Amino acid sequence: MPAIQETIEQVKEIDVDQYKYGFVTDIEMELAPKGLSEDIVRFISAKKDEPEWMLEWRLDAFRRWKTMEEPTWARVDYPKIDFEDLYYYAAPKSAPGPKSLDEVDPELLETYKKLGIPLSEQAVLAGVEGARVAVDAVFDSVSVVTTFKDELAKSGVIFCSISEAVREHPELVKKYLGSVVPTTDNFYATLNAAVFSDGSFVYIPKGVRCPMELSTYFRINEEKTGQFERTLIIADEGSYVSYLEGCTAPMRDENQLHAAVVELVTHDDAEIKYSTVQNWYPGNSEGKGGIYNFVTKRGDCRGKNSKISWTQVETGSAITWKYPSCILRGENSRGEFYSIAISNGKQQVDSGTKMIHLGKNSSSRIISKGISAGRSQNTYRGLVSAHRKASGARNFTQCDSLLIGDQCGAHTVPYIESKNSTAVFEHEATTSKISDDQMFYCQQRGMTDEEAIALIVNGFVRDVIQQLPMEFMAETQKLIGISLEGSVG
Amino acid sequence: MLQIKNLHANVDGNEILRGINLTIKPGEVHAIMGPNGSGKSTLSYVLAGKDDYEITEGEILFKGEDLLEMAPDERAAAGVFLAFQYPIEIPGVATMTFLRTAMNAQRKARGEAELNTPDFMKIVKQKASELNVSPEMLKRPLNVGFSGGEKKRNEIMQMALLEPTLCVMDETDSGLDIDALRVVSDGVNALRNSERGMLVITHYQRLLDHIVPDVVHVMSAGKIVKSGGKELALELEENGYADFVNAA
Ligand SMILES: Nc1ncnc2c1ncn2[C@@H]1O[C@H](COP(=O)(O)OP(=O)(O)OP(=O)(O)O)[C@@H](O)[C@H]1O
Ligand SMILES: [Mg+2]
Repeated sequence: MPAIQETIEQVKEIDVDQYKYGFVTDIEMELAPKGLSEDIVRFISAKKDEPEWMLEWRLDAFRRWKTMEEPTWARVDYPKIDFEDLYYYAAPKSAPGPKSLDEVDPELLETYKKLGIPLSEQAVLAGVEGARVAVDAVFDSVSVVTTFKDELAKSGVIFCSISEAVREHPELVKKYLGSVVPTTDNFYATLNAAVFSDGSFVYIPKGVRCPMELSTYFRINEEKTGQFERTLIIADEGSYVSYLEGCTAPMRDENQLHAAVVELVTHDDAEIKYSTVQNWYPGNSEGKGGIYNFVTKRGDCRGKNSKISWTQVETGSAITWKYPSCILRGENSRGEFYSIAISNGKQQVDSGTKMIHLGKNSSSRIISKGISAGRSQNTYRGLVSAHRKASGARNFTQCDSLLIGDQCGAHTVPYIESKNSTAVFEHEATTSKISDDQMFYCQQRGMTDEEAIALIVNGFVRDVIQQLPMEFMAETQKLIGISLEGSVG
Repeated sequence: MLQIKNLHANVDGNEILRGINLTIKPGEVHAIMGPNGSGKSTLSYVLAGKDDYEITEGEILFKGEDLLEMAPDERAAAGVFLAFQYPIEIPGVATMTFLRTAMNAQRKARGEAELNTPDFMKIVKQKASELNVSPEMLKRPLNVGFSGGEKKRNEIMQMALLEPTLCVMDETDSGLDIDALRVVSDGVNALRNSERGMLVITHYQRLLDHIVPDVVHVMSAGKIVKSGGKELALELEENGYADFVNAA
């Protein structure tokens, strides 16, 4: 409840075109030459001191990518991206690789402080809330620091940048990288495989419950720079981890490209809870600038009784193209997808999930809440399928859209495929508007327009908010209010 | 405290209110009765500031200020409360959350500090129990799936919490069972004091046995056609509206 109050205050303070995270960090950067070629792939690999096998893997992906076409099926519309006019590598000059906090450029620490991301372990420990979150901070193409590594290592948890994992844990990386999202998967994923710069790596050993929340904070800073991060999380038998990803970018007039790949693997009885609060710069109210967010996220419930749960709060980006999915391979495995997608101004969102039921008695649950305001377009696209062998597979899908104003659009595109007659799939969908009567009722009780909208929308997304880790609930409620600023009237 | 002078209001070009004159002094309770469609709810919405209505003539002064110039939330903060004839459902918003947001919004508009959680909880629990609203109901989404009577009790609980200076109640008695009628009436009577004015819209004398009005008005075809003491309600119960409707 206090969060709603805070929402209201934040909403008040902010102008439509004022994106809170829109500042630029002035820091010396090292850039690879613009454009994409085998040489650039070699350059990136060399920068990261990668072994030969990693370079080969990248080159293989690059050659395939050359033969692929950009997909056009999503309900999004944007000028063709010139892949030759981008930088594929940008790193703060002072940070050749992950290092301890004392060595990190103070400018960078300041940046994360401004963003509200505590990188100092002392500060986190001293925090009144007592919420302990280990953070991997990725700035443009590189991970600048990972906190709480030593403490996590005590329980055998590996949490580091993917570049470091390639060097320090090659056996794990070789075994799992590309095993969920193959290098050939799709245009953006293949591009990512060729040029991925950094991202996080997590391994939770057998039977370990990760002692704290893990979090990666992605920041795009440099102009005309693509960010291609790669995240790989493995939960070994009987383990558990909750992981949160946060994203922001400065305000730029030109669009910036973000094409990430996230792979999750759960073995028998293991669980991964993956939450995203995506707040990339959405562009201004006229649709100028903003991030193109083309992301491939997939989890593989490899073991029996394993579980993967995706929770996403998507408020930013000019264009979002994103379908976190679960391959429910293990018997009794479970996949969940909880989503809040908010679009305002001229944003375009095409997002949803895929639940691929392969294992017996596998089950899945999809709760999607789309909120469209302004002149935005918001599409839910979801696939639920049952393989021949997936007897007893079950899915429940609830897909709700809320419209604010009459110049926006909400679309629901469900695909259902069942090759097993015992599979039971249920789908419910609703579209509603915030009614004048609801607004008037709230106003009659003393609320302003913004207060009323923030309250009603937070009510609409309640089921999903409750899935977020406690530490981020209040933050998210605030963000929702802010994202909808300017949607009234 | 409230002066309505020659008020005319249109909806979609149809004149619904055709010259209402009504003055409520602090501490007074006025009842409005009248046939279906005579404009009672319309008057209550115009007072609260719903924007479907076009005011073509007349004025409303509330504590000496021009009420028609104020936005609905400003009117609420200034002390105007409307207990709706048909309370609105807000899915996903717990009644408790709604109450707290409303209270703090009004406090903020008046430049007062927000209530802290323990103080708020204490007040809500007390008012809820006075109106027989269970703690479970406070956790449920506002008005969603509430029975007719529960919705009405919830309205009066909100009124008790927000402590307005002008209480407008639109058919608060309809849908209430006999026991609930008593509970709600007791709640309303507890709010009667020398500063607060009340406007009670009802079809039934029964409610006025519990909430005894100072003045009773009969409304017909958008006008107040007769005003009198509490006996007027009894007279209406006896003879119906025929005399007045014809007079209009
Ligand atoms: N949008 C509209 N267009 C035309 N007429 C309308 C519109 N809205 C309301 N009215 C009419 O205004 C008149 C007054 O309605 P109002 O709800 O104020 O009556 P009431 O006195 O409260 O009746 P009841 O006792 O049934 O509650 C009715 O005849 C109604 O049909
Ligand atoms: Mg009425």
